[in-house]
Amino acid sequence: MLVRPKQGILDPQGQAVESSLRKLGFTVGEARIGRVVDLEVSAADAASARVEVERMCEQLLANPLIESYEIELVEQSA
Amino acid sequence: MTSPQPRIGVLRFPGACDDRDALWALSALDAEAEFVWHTETELPELDAVVLPGGFSYGDYLRCGAIARFAPAMEAVVEFAADGGLVLGICNGFQILCEAGLLPGVLRRNESLSFVCRDVPLTVERNDTPFTTRCEDGQQLTIPVKHGEGNWYADDELYAELESRRQIVLRYAEPVNGSRGDVAGVVNERGNVMGLMPHPEHAVDSLLGSADGSLILSSLVEAARDRALTAV
Repeated sequence: MLVRPKQGILDPQGQAVESSLRKLGFTVGEARIGRVVDLEVSAADAASARVEVERMCEQLLANPLIESYEIELVEQSA
Repeated sequence: MTSPQPRIGVLRFPGACDDRDALWALSALDAEAEFVWHTETELPELDAVVLPGGFSYGDYLRCGAIARFAPAMEAVVEFAADGGLVLGICNGFQILCEAGLLPGVLRRNESLSFVCRDVPLTVERNDTPFTTRCEDGQQLTIPVKHGEGNWYADDELYAELESRRQIVLRYAEPVNGSRGDVAGVVNERGNVMGLMPHPEHAVDSLLGSADGSLILSSLVEAARDRALTAV
């Protein structure tokens, strides 16, 4: 899953990276920094895995006041 | 007859670093202060709880995000729900926000730099249990030391907090990018407060300022009142 600062929320880390890239001579627009969490989950099917991971995001992995999240499921056989 | 010493618990998380200063300062201000380990599922008989500063659980994920699930925090949530007095300092403030006991969230400082210096603060209201020893509008000098003190609430929440007068302390100059220069907030009921500055580091003028003792002695006094009414 991918956690990132919500649109409109100040992202000082992103700003620092953006200005460093410009100093290196790259032409870049806005840089935003998020976080990737790789999780192994065993579940009966993709839908129930998604529900489970959504609960994890709501309770711990993201702070809904400032962060949004996206879940990408990759199936692995046991 | 001397008035009883209120019992104040100082929560200890792995990674805390201001727990001893908090305990010392509260004791110096005539409270019976004791540590409560984070794995405790119940609090002892207490008149108030202090969540000290530090880097609980290494500040992994987000500051305060892991600590809020410590067994002792569940007990603190119950204690607060019963009207108990809770003060969170720095990392303690971050934990209370993550736990949903206080509004908003603390983000990385706007400058990305750790800030460690004495800052001027304005007391926005002195009718909370944490500020009765202060004057309304009084300027205090108390040190901050944090990398993530940039308090944020969205427009709607911020307007609500303003109208309910939940903002208790503001920085008198920009410190970390905090919205409205907010340095300390209280919950709607008024029994839980969090602040980024460290009153426990400012209880003796030998160390630069004794203004922190105004906050902590307000808490001790409020806790003493509770101890008396409980008898």
